[in-house]
Amino acid sequence: MHMDPNVSPIIAIEHLSFTFPDNTVALKDVTVDIAPNQVFVVFGPSRSGKSTLLRVLNRLSDLSEGAQRQGRVFFNGRDIFSPAVDVTELRRRLSMVFAIPTPLPGSIFDNLAYGLRMAGIRDAQTIERRITRALEQAALWDEVKDRLQSSAFALSGGQKQRLCLARSLAMEPDVILLDNPTSGLDPLSTATVEDSLIELKSRYTIIMVPHSVQQAARVADRAAFLMGGELIEAGTGRQMFANPKDRRTEDYVVGRFG
Amino acid sequence: MLKTEQAASLPAAQAETTPSRRHSGEWWIEQIIRGAGLSTIFIIGLIFLFLLREGLPAFVRISPLNLLGVRWYPIEELYGLLPLLVGSLLVTVGAVVIAVPLGLITAIYLGEIAPLWQRELLKPLIEVLAGIPSIVLGFLGWVALAPLVQQAGAPTGLTAFTGALILAYMSLPTIISISEDALYAVPKEYRDASLAIGATEWQTIWRVVVPAARSGIVIATVLGIGRAIGETMAVMMVTGNAANIPSLATGMFFQPVRTMTATIAAEMGEVAQGSLHYQALFAIGIVLFLLTFAINSLASMLIGGGKQQRSSQL
Ligand SMILES: Nc1ncnc2c1ncn2[C@@H]1O[C@H](COP(=O)(O)OP(=O)(O)OP(=O)(O)O)[C@@H](O)[C@H]1O
Ligand SMILES: [Mg+2]
Repeated sequence: MHMDPNVSPIIAIEHLSFTFPDNTVALKDVTVDIAPNQVFVVFGPSRSGKSTLLRVLNRLSDLSEGAQRQGRVFFNGRDIFSPAVDVTELRRRLSMVFAIPTPLPGSIFDNLAYGLRMAGIRDAQTIERRITRALEQAALWDEVKDRLQSSAFALSGGQKQRLCLARSLAMEPDVILLDNPTSGLDPLSTATVEDSLIELKSRYTIIMVPHSVQQAARVADRAAFLMGGELIEAGTGRQMFANPKDRRTEDYVVGRFG
Repeated sequence: MLKTEQAASLPAAQAETTPSRRHSGEWWIEQIIRGAGLSTIFIIGLIFLFLLREGLPAFVRISPLNLLGVRWYPIEELYGLLPLLVGSLLVTVGAVVIAVPLGLITAIYLGEIAPLWQRELLKPLIEVLAGIPSIVLGFLGWVALAPLVQQAGAPTGLTAFTGALILAYMSLPTIISISEDALYAVPKEYRDASLAIGATEWQTIWRVVVPAARSGIVIATVLGIGRAIGETMAVMMVTGNAANIPSLATGMFFQPVRTMTATIAAEMGEVAQGSLHYQALFAIGIVLFLLTFAINSLASMLIGGGKQQRSSQL
């Protein structure tokens, strides 16, 4: 789990365990560092704790009443669970996009402006500028620029997914958490999203649960393999998918189980 | 089972014997269901006809000027409906203004904010509240609430406001539980999506969850009002039962009034069947019927509109 010693990690996860109130252990003693301006892929079989890990990182996991967490997570060197941290501000810095696209009721514009307005940004010009930029970054601008006022529900599945990505990007976060952002997308839309991700990493750190091992291999700078809530192995994308060290990673990567 | 499958898959000639037997059974079931369904409509029709037959003559025999007058005083053949209409309106509007915000806020608290143990304690309590016979509430209002209202400065404790409070209390359980169901039905993903980009919990509830539950909240409100309008006895006990139009000057809500329902209930026992007074009471019934019908239609228009909007969005 070593990386370039010259860059300090943007996120450091130390001995993180997470248990749901029904005693499901979703994460077991996970330790890993995530460097800035990379695509960091978290992959593994179903129910291995990938979504849980992402949700802990921006403390959406706080919503699980009665869940237990051990260990620590540092974001830019600060413990995200310290009482001094403003959760809302944290979630603006680490913004999350879900597997199922979740446009909110309202127009495309409203969806994109929502987070900004909630953050107290009132200036119409600022909002417009950030929305335009976010839509361009999410490769959606050309398709919706003429109908920003129409309902977000009228978009296609792929467009909705990119809308949700744009909604997060408009917040100008430091980290984008993507939980399977191309599930249910056709290959063409998938390629569009993947391309924009690779472009986005110059400005953002991207932590992503991939749709498939192939996708993981395509986009990962670094990758971590989870199984049963345990971090089996982490390394560069090349090493993880071409030459995994652990037997279980290898089995999964070549498709022997999972 | 096997027979029906064969009947469905075999050519008509071979299946000829089975359908007739199956059909005769189904025919009967169908007729019974149809009869039950139609009888409901038939009975509603009968009620309406009866109401019209008994009440319509009043509109002919009593001059329009009298009917629109400001005094309801049957002994002197004064049948002004206005004070009763105003009475009903004041009590109902008052109840809605009190109950809807309170019910919605309670539902939000229960569904979104309260910790689990409070939820588990409060929900059954609210159901108990719904089960209290309205006459008991009326009694409570009379002995406990009315003195408080008077102490607060009203000329008497038995006022439109007191009635509105009691009615609000009666419609609260309906409004709370149905609004809460509506809030609960809002997909968890909406909340996640809103929180995940840094909206606060409160912003999420107010800007995402409540608007998404809008049509359910409208239903809750309408059912709540429905309960309020039809309620008679409890209101009669606490509103002072005075068929006056309250004067604007001294605070309309803090004077005695009498509602339409209360008037019918109070006077029905003493009128001779077929008399003018009797017909006038039925005329009130017609007005009530039309009002309720109008409110229900308005409600289904609102709900229908909401639904349509939603389905066109999805
Ligand atoms: N809200 C919850 N309450 C209880 N258990 C949960 C909850 N959410 C997830 N779990 C459990 O935690 C474990 C990890 O789930 P998680 O969703 O993180 O897996 P995942 O790797 O994202 O799976 P998938 O690939 O299917 O999305 C699973 O056993 C799951 O059943
Ligand atoms: Mg998942």
